[in-house]
Amino acid sequence: MSAQNPINQKVVDDALNEALGLINAATDLAALKGARSSAIGEQSQISALNAQLKNLANEFKAEAGALIGKARGQINELFAAKEAEFAEIEERNKLAAESVDVTAAAIPAKFGARHPLSLLQDQISDVFIGMGWEIAEGPEVENEWFNFDALNFDADHPARAMQDTFFIEPVESHLVLRTHTSPVQVRSMLEREVPIYVLCPGRVFRTDELDSTHTPVFHQVEGLAIDKGLTMADLKGTLEHFARIMFGDDAKIRLRPSFFPFTEPSAELDVWHPGAKGGARWVEWGGCGMVNPNVLMAAGIDPEEYSGFAFGMGIERTLMFRNDVKDMHDMVEADVRFSEQFGVTL
Amino acid sequence: MRVPLSWLGEYVDLPGDATPESVMAELVKVGLEEEGAHRFELTGPIVIGQVLEFVDEPQSNGKTIRWCQVRVAPEGQMAADGGADVRGIVCGASNFFVGDKVVVCLPGSVLPGDFKIAARSTYGHISDGMIASARELTISDAHDGILRLQELGLDPKVGSDAFEILYLNETAAEVNVTPDRGYCFSIRGIAREYAHATGADFRDPKSNAFINSGTGFDLTVTDESPIRNTPGTRRFVARVVKNVDPSRPTPPWMVARLKMAGMRSISLIVDITNYVMLELGQPTHAYDLDKLTGGITVRRAKAGETLKTLDGQVRQLHPEDLLITDQSGPIGLAGVMGGESTEVSATTKNVLVEAACFEPITIARSARRHKLPSEASKRFERGVDPMMADNAAARVVQLLEVHALGEGDSVGAEFRELGEPESIWLPALFAQEFVGVEYSQDEIQRILVEIGCQVTAVDGGYQVVAPSWRPDITHKTDLVEEVARIAGYDRIPSRLPVAPPGRGLTKRQHMRRTVVNSLAAAGHTEVLTYPFVGAEANQWFSNGGPREVVQLANALQEDANQMRTAILPGLIDAAKRNLSRGFVDLAIFEEGSVFLPAQKVASSSLVPVGNQLPSASDLAGLNATIPAQPRHLAALFTGNRKAQQVNSPAVISDYQDAIHVARVAAKAVGLDLVLKQASPVGFHPGRTAELFVKHNDELVSMGFAGELDPKLAAENDLPRRVAAVEINLEALYAAAPNVQISGAIGVMPAATQDLSLALDVATPASEVLAAIIEGAGELLEHVELVDDYRGTNLPEGQKSLTFALRFRASDRTLTQVEASEARDQAVALANQRFGATLRA
Repeated sequence: MSAQNPINQKVVDDALNEALGLINAATDLAALKGARSSAIGEQSQISALNAQLKNLANEFKAEAGALIGKARGQINELFAAKEAEFAEIEERNKLAAESVDVTAAAIPAKFGARHPLSLLQDQISDVFIGMGWEIAEGPEVENEWFNFDALNFDADHPARAMQDTFFIEPVESHLVLRTHTSPVQVRSMLEREVPIYVLCPGRVFRTDELDSTHTPVFHQVEGLAIDKGLTMADLKGTLEHFARIMFGDDAKIRLRPSFFPFTEPSAELDVWHPGAKGGARWVEWGGCGMVNPNVLMAAGIDPEEYSGFAFGMGIERTLMFRNDVKDMHDMVEADVRFSEQFGVTL
Repeated sequence: MRVPLSWLGEYVDLPGDATPESVMAELVKVGLEEEGAHRFELTGPIVIGQVLEFVDEPQSNGKTIRWCQVRVAPEGQMAADGGADVRGIVCGASNFFVGDKVVVCLPGSVLPGDFKIAARSTYGHISDGMIASARELTISDAHDGILRLQELGLDPKVGSDAFEILYLNETAAEVNVTPDRGYCFSIRGIAREYAHATGADFRDPKSNAFINSGTGFDLTVTDESPIRNTPGTRRFVARVVKNVDPSRPTPPWMVARLKMAGMRSISLIVDITNYVMLELGQPTHAYDLDKLTGGITVRRAKAGETLKTLDGQVRQLHPEDLLITDQSGPIGLAGVMGGESTEVSATTKNVLVEAACFEPITIARSARRHKLPSEASKRFERGVDPMMADNAAARVVQLLEVHALGEGDSVGAEFRELGEPESIWLPALFAQEFVGVEYSQDEIQRILVEIGCQVTAVDGGYQVVAPSWRPDITHKTDLVEEVARIAGYDRIPSRLPVAPPGRGLTKRQHMRRTVVNSLAAAGHTEVLTYPFVGAEANQWFSNGGPREVVQLANALQEDANQMRTAILPGLIDAAKRNLSRGFVDLAIFEEGSVFLPAQKVASSSLVPVGNQLPSASDLAGLNATIPAQPRHLAALFTGNRKAQQVNSPAVISDYQDAIHVARVAAKAVGLDLVLKQASPVGFHPGRTAELFVKHNDELVSMGFAGELDPKLAAENDLPRRVAAVEINLEALYAAAPNVQISGAIGVMPAATQDLSLALDVATPASEVLAAIIEGAGELLEHVELVDDYRGTNLPEGQKSLTFALRFRASDRTLTQVEASEARDQAVALANQRFGATLRA
């Protein structure tokens, strides 16, 4: 029977358990470093066992060395794991210290806003651009011929007096502030080749005092189409398409007989507004009709060959019932709150 | 037009339960938009009473009241309010006698203005009701005493309902008549339209009176200077009625109808002429025949002539005015207003009735010239049915006979120059082609006949003569409108036409949008202001001398009677308003037109005829009259650009914010700004930049940005520091590149260097920057000014500018030596140009 190895499993396990116990007892990174030298440093049991190796009988050296090596590996492993754990905790504590109240985040730059009247004109323009139409513009101080005569308003006809026109000094200059965007239609017909499909948004003027429903400066959008074979059905279809985009798929339009010098037949235009405040209803929206042959002739277009339709509506009015603006003052007083409540979308 | 329902019902069948609202709902279908309902604003019980006795009781205030006993129900019966048959009533009037039948408003009744009648204690009595005047009942303006029914020729039973006796149940529908439908300013026209709307039978009131044409009255109609070659008078009918009794009352039903139609009762003769005008649409006039001197001549006015019109005003006449004259001179302004000298009165015995058809333009001009829009001129301006004159005259004669007990005389006269009505060719399929509805040929003919046309079917279409009351129908499209509206617009189908391929927004439209959207995205709020400004404010920013302006002839406000030459005055106004509402941190902008005539706006006689294409030179002439209206962009800042927030201090807005607006706008169209120190009028002389962009290698000025002149700010109650900018977008758009060209994006490592230069404080940083870029050459990829230091360690009058430079070569890693060489060249150029020296 041979002698027992003094550095046996039991002895090594005791040393190992003591070392593991030391490391496990550490609660932070600093304590862990201290525990490490006690557990595996020169004064540690495992190092003491290692020191005994050289005195050991040769036959025991290999076994004892393997046992000690394995134990040291286990100690190092635990240490590494503990170290990673404490590093993780430390990092987390650091981040916790950096935390802020994000709900109080500052706004680095103010939000801007578009004015709803100009935004709505852009939005309507896009509807017609999408249909292949183009956008036409013209001057706000306009010659009477473009504003009236070319549009079949006789100089002495009461319809001309109805328009409440601003005149420019001297009156003999025959300049006016355009009372509607219709002179842009005349200019479009003079400047463009038929077929013509144009939309004319813009600012117009009438001598109405400002009150909750009137303003001397307001905006219109008018459409004009001149082509071969256009009928009132084309007018109605165009308006219906437009209404659906503006007011939803359930929107529809209704025409009522009326009179405008530049259209014949003429109609008032109502829109069925499904989203109206207080429930869906018909709302007066604008005027429309087939372009009067006198107007075509003034622009050098043969009414026997071409026909056309035109329509127009107020931007302010549209905004009032589409976005529930209750008072005209809000739209003209340049109060920043009015624009800012909408931001850049309607 | 206000249409009393009982009157309308005489000429077209109304349903038994018709109301003003239901009538309006029908009329809107044929194009007569509803304006509102009218009713007598009276609530019963209002009954007929009889004065049994009264005592005059003088009061301490000097007034005398009458304490009356009034029977308000037959003896022993209950009154309409459930009370006694005889009431004590205090009355302030004294124009009545015992036995008079009067109108009594019993307790519980309500008069206009929510005037509630109740038994009340007054002058020591309990007044148990009110005896009403005609004005209190709103049937006339008479208020010099109570209404005595015998004055109306009435002797109704005591206790009967005054609503029945005085026709106070009359109601009216008011519709808006468009300028092409003059005939709808009559019961006749509205009844016809109601028939179109409902299919009910129409009975033409023109046949109400039998026409006895008169002869022998001296009538001359001339026109030596017709307007637009059209004589002023188409027709003139005169009829004499003798021995009228002007003291006769206007019958209550007529008073009620006139009242509901919006006209007040004046006197029987005048009421009758008004009544016939409302009924037939034909204005009529009554002269006191005995005040006339000789016969009547219709002619244009002569220079210097005057006329005292019925309203008592003396009118200076114009040679275009058409006059009714006798041997004494002018006695009426034709179609507008009669003269005072021949006015009918309480003593009139013999009447000359006039019913004429005057040409619209003459009447329109006279009415406007003399600011006399009358019921007559309103109708003539829109066109009166020339066939109606003799009917209307006959109707006036008839009513004068019945109600004024006059005698229609055989004396009269007629002038008539009507010409042949023109016929319009309507191709059979035109309505279908124009409206998009397949109308049957029967339907087209039926509708045209229904509206009064004479229709002759010819091969391929119709020859149509429009009715005499429709001067607006002159073209086949007018006939199509009639077909479409009578058949109903609801029959028009929907079809979406396909436009040819469009080109989207123009470059210019796109640029405008990008500019305003970029500004909004950069934290600015768009506002819109009126383009009207006062003369002084309009020159606040007129750099380089006073500007020519566009002046309004009829401004709403005298202190805002010019069109703006700049947007900033409007923004200053807007800022003021916002500040007054408690908003002190503003960053507002506006994009819009300004009005900058190159010279004073000139007179121009040129206005070509409406319905034909003007010559190219005429068109050019028209366009030459129109002042330049460039689009501008302006912005204005007050208070903080950034508010104080958590971990973030407030930032006060200043000139840099104003300049940034211009930078954002320029960047939005692909341009960079060049800044120069400037002192334009209206701005702070030391804190303002002139803004330039490069256009074809030349610097073009776009405007100014900086801070407002603090004096101007103070005058407008704004804080001392207001940043502002205004630029001419036309200059910006003109300089914008059509296409932006990409540079090479280098990927080799960069070398960075800092550079501090000491130089004269007056040297603009922008010019130093330009010199660095030029001196450093191609290797310089980017340079930025990072500091402007003034203070110790620097010689007097010097500043130190620090720049951060980044160098990069496209093909190799740059060494620090190469970078330093490039930097040194930059320093050398800055030294040469500005005496700048490198600081250690």
